[in-house]
Amino acid sequence: MSQETVKRDRPWLMRTYSGHSSAKASNALYRTNLSRGQTGLSVAFDLPTQTGYDSDHPLARGEVGKVGVPINHIGDMEALFHDIPLGQMNTSMTINATAPWLLALYVAAAERQGVDPAQLQGTTQNDVLKEYLSRGTYIFPPEPSVRLTTDLITYTVENIPKWNPTNICSYHLQEAGATPTQELAYALSTATAILDAVKASGQVPDDRFGDVVGRISFFVNAGIRFVEETCKLRAFGRMWDTLTSERYGVTNAKQRRFRYGVQVNSLGLTEPQPENNVQRIVLEMLSVTLSKNARARAIQLPAWNEALGLPRPWDQQWALRMQQVLALETDLLEYGDLLDGSHVIEAKVQELIDGAHEEMARVDEHGGMVSCIDNGYVKRELVQSHTRRLRNIESGELQIVGVNCYKESAESPLTAGDESGIMKVDERAEREQIESLQAFRASRDDSKVKAALQQLRACANDGSNIMPASIECARAGVTTGEWSEVLREVFGEFRAPTGIDISPVGNGGSDALEGVRRRVKKTGEELGRPLRLLIGKPGLDGHSNGAEQIAVKGRDAGFEIVYEGIRLTPAQIARAAQEEGVHLIGLSVLSGSHMELVQDINREMEKIGVTDIPLIIGGIIPDEDALALQDQGVKAVFTPKDADLNTIMNTMVTIIREANGLEPAA
Amino acid sequence: MSLPHADDPAELAAAIAAGDRAAIAHVLNLLDDRRDEARKKTTALLAHLQQDQDNPTGQLIGITGPPGAGKSTLSAALIRVWRARGLRVAVLAVDPSSPISGGALLGDRLRMQTSTEDDGVFVRSLSSRGQFGGLSAEVWPMSVVMLAGFDIVLIETVGVGQREVDIARLCDTTCYVAQPGSGDSVQFIKAGVLEVPHILVVNKADMGNLATRTLSELEAALKRTHPDGHWQVPVLATSAVDGTGIETLADALEEHYQLLRGPQLALRRKRYQAYWIHKRLLEEFGSFGIDQLGGEESLLAQLQAQDMNLFKQYDALRLRLYNRIQDTLE
Ligand code: B12
Ligand SMILES: Nc1nc2c(ncn2[C@@H]2O[C@H](COP(=O)(O)OP(=O)(O)O)[C@@H](O)[C@H]2O)c(=O)[nH]1
Ligand SMILES: [Mg+2]
Repeated sequence: MSQETVKRDRPWLMRTYSGHSSAKASNALYRTNLSRGQTGLSVAFDLPTQTGYDSDHPLARGEVGKVGVPINHIGDMEALFHDIPLGQMNTSMTINATAPWLLALYVAAAERQGVDPAQLQGTTQNDVLKEYLSRGTYIFPPEPSVRLTTDLITYTVENIPKWNPTNICSYHLQEAGATPTQELAYALSTATAILDAVKASGQVPDDRFGDVVGRISFFVNAGIRFVEETCKLRAFGRMWDTLTSERYGVTNAKQRRFRYGVQVNSLGLTEPQPENNVQRIVLEMLSVTLSKNARARAIQLPAWNEALGLPRPWDQQWALRMQQVLALETDLLEYGDLLDGSHVIEAKVQELIDGAHEEMARVDEHGGMVSCIDNGYVKRELVQSHTRRLRNIESGELQIVGVNCYKESAESPLTAGDESGIMKVDERAEREQIESLQAFRASRDDSKVKAALQQLRACANDGSNIMPASIECARAGVTTGEWSEVLREVFGEFRAPTGIDISPVGNGGSDALEGVRRRVKKTGEELGRPLRLLIGKPGLDGHSNGAEQIAVKGRDAGFEIVYEGIRLTPAQIARAAQEEGVHLIGLSVLSGSHMELVQDINREMEKIGVTDIPLIIGGIIPDEDALALQDQGVKAVFTPKDADLNTIMNTMVTIIREANGLEPAA
Repeated sequence: MSLPHADDPAELAAAIAAGDRAAIAHVLNLLDDRRDEARKKTTALLAHLQQDQDNPTGQLIGITGPPGAGKSTLSAALIRVWRARGLRVAVLAVDPSSPISGGALLGDRLRMQTSTEDDGVFVRSLSSRGQFGGLSAEVWPMSVVMLAGFDIVLIETVGVGQREVDIARLCDTTCYVAQPGSGDSVQFIKAGVLEVPHILVVNKADMGNLATRTLSELEAALKRTHPDGHWQVPVLATSAVDGTGIETLADALEEHYQLLRGPQLALRRKRYQAYWIHKRLLEEFGSFGIDQLGGEESLLAQLQAQDMNLFKQYDALRLRLYNRIQDTLE
């Protein structure tokens, strides 16, 4: 067959999840990425923006511009898209609790570019239920959060028809340990909870409900078991089709189509031998492209150095090239569905569908997805699955190359030398952002700001759609912190269940664990009381997996565990340590703000007279920072390469023994 | 701990009474500590704290009920009301521990989120530490210390079996929180399995019908005078989520406290302590030991008649029993 006659499918949208330092720096990055063949934008916001704080809020310290771009007001939004024509761009924004606000800023920025908002295309993630379960950037209690979600949906269906108002995410659930069955069940239960809420809001006439359903898209994960993952995506498509037709009576088949974007699995990407992550990523990408009938609409890939820290432009370029090679060089896009008609695939798909239905029924028994947030059912199930995965890695039942087998390696040129192999965010970014924010505040018309916020408060209270008032706020120069503060006052804040109260999993009585238990017990006896460990998650960081797993393991090893979940202030942690009389404080920080947070916690502890409790930390901590932290008195630093939890427990006992003048090794 | 007063029991006692958080935390650690040296220090300290035993301070409230009924959330709501009324509050939250590893997840704190700026609230968690299903041995001594530094001491515990009995015998006021729609609470109370609480609460009133139904069932089963006498057991509906009934509950707790104040309260506190000592001795020496000391009733009476130094009383009795056993063996 000659080249010309082959009809190739159009490739999926290729994106790179990025943003850092400032709107200006991120704009430059986006323009480079677009010039390199990237076909859409995927904006990463920094944690203060995601949790509704301005860059100069005390809780934002150390986080500004770190894991994403800070957007405080319309000026930032305009700078982010400077010289990028919004009328032609397809922009995906990973934004949830503050999604209505960021969309409002996007609309207002488009207006200033002279673009009719009705033309805008893109996605707001806007799935807050999974924030409570995994991602952590929630603000308000579940019910008002669901209301904000549905307000955004109904607004865009009416006014920005090409917008994808929500991306129901199962991606983050897998990153928190979910199995394929759980991913299916919880994503679909979330989708029904949201659609039911849209229906109940009465904002959409019945005959337009199909339009709402047609705009719902998904953001899924694809793990290394790529055959099963392909089957999962086929299962998703089938279940969504049935659900939308049976539950919502959608007759237009196009509106029932399962549309999804992907970020492939990152939880399985390793710190040891990081080059192996490239194979993993490529195989995972296969699972969402192989089957034409279940192919992703948009893909973004992590980089080889995922477990080391933030990727540099070159690392991201490499990830983008993986997609391009698959789409352009291979013959994948020349065929129809490769898997249709396979009995093996069909059987697996059916098995997943059956399992997902069972789990969805259990969610219903627990009152549906929204109730499950507060009663903790789903979170516990996720923690349980993740614990099972780690126990299987410990026992060797689950093999991870470079982690629990084939550990010996020649030195990698990728990480050798002075280059740390990761992106370092400019230290000055935070200060500059704060200065520009304060200049912006000084330049606005305060009376307009006040009036717009008053209107916002009124809407929040009376239940009318939050979007128009938010867009008015954006135009008036309201800031992210101000918008969020009004809603905090009206809706209140929330602290989600931690899910760690699960029963022991798997090889509960392994020899290694027995050994730790004996030491924990003995040391407790020598110190007169059982050993107590405070696990603290300071700052805005939402990565809870590590803290949860240390908590569960610690409990199983005989520690009394105090863990209050994510996003505590340094003062809260210091106080809890004092009130609870713990023997050890273990912090978990993955967002990169460990240096500032450890400093703050040390200061708070000193302030209240807690000077004799040793402090350790775990998370994504580069070697040079680990040394600096140890200089500041931190007794041990753990990173993903410390995969053996029993060893970590043993080290903790030793540290407690040393701090209390006992023979360390005993 | 670099407390200037850590080694002087009088100074330490004064610091506790003044609400010094570091001092309180330090003493709670000591009370938890089973080593002899710690016991010596706490014995001396308690002697100072318990000087004015005829005018006991503070209100000791026990809050029990099935897991998930909303005890911690309700406690948080009560704390807000109490703080607004200018009262200082300490909490002892008791969670179960694993019988296999001894480990425990102390989870109640999470629901009790209080302001970090507020020195008037202090929360300590405690695991049950598998002690015969009852409350752990540290609960009473820790309460004594907290009562010295706070206006209200709240003990939260899952109300089942022995733990629920213990709490009823250790607190000035007990409050049982029932879960709407669970007939269990009603059945238990009717069958006399549960001690009669001073106040009965049906929480989650925001759940509507289910809560209303449970409320009327409990009212029917329980609207009666408490065996303590002079107290009509109120059956209240609350919602820790929307705030319904929290003020009323706080008022009812206060009313019960007013009823107890005065000589009666001093007597009750002696009774709790006697009960606590009896229970510890029973655990250590069995009913044989109690018989040696003249049997339960006589022991309790003896203890209540004496002065109140907890550890002195306790240690004296232990010594007597050890000597007795030694004699028998010789
Ligand atoms: C899973 C994951 C997520 C999940 C988190 C789910 C959850 N509930 O935890 C999801 C998908 C939600 C997520 C989101 C984000 N993530 Co993320 N995520 C990861 C990932 C892939 C794995 C982390 C993990 O859970 N590992 C498994 C656990 C068990 O390991 P661990 O936490 O490292 O813990 C081990 C040790 O570190 C140590 N340890 C850890 N804590 C403690 C505490 C104590 C006391 C002790 C003794 C030991 C200890 O012991 C553990 C055992 O081995 C990492 C990259 C990687 N592969 O490490 C990125 C990573 C941490 N994420 C990153 C980012 C940027 C984000 C986002 C902020 C992106 C954005 N801009 O929105 C968001 C927002 C999250 C938020 N709210 O803060 C960056 C952080 C960059 C940095 N530090 O410079 C990383 C490094 C990826 C990258 N290279 O860019 N993420
Ligand atoms: N609807 C409702 N839920 C509540 C109320 N009080 C507590 N809860 C919820 O009940 C669950 C258990 O609460 P918790 O305080 O931990 O209960 P505890 O085990 O009795 O301490 C949580 O999900 C709370 O959010 C209430 O008044 N109404
Ligand atoms: Mg509780």
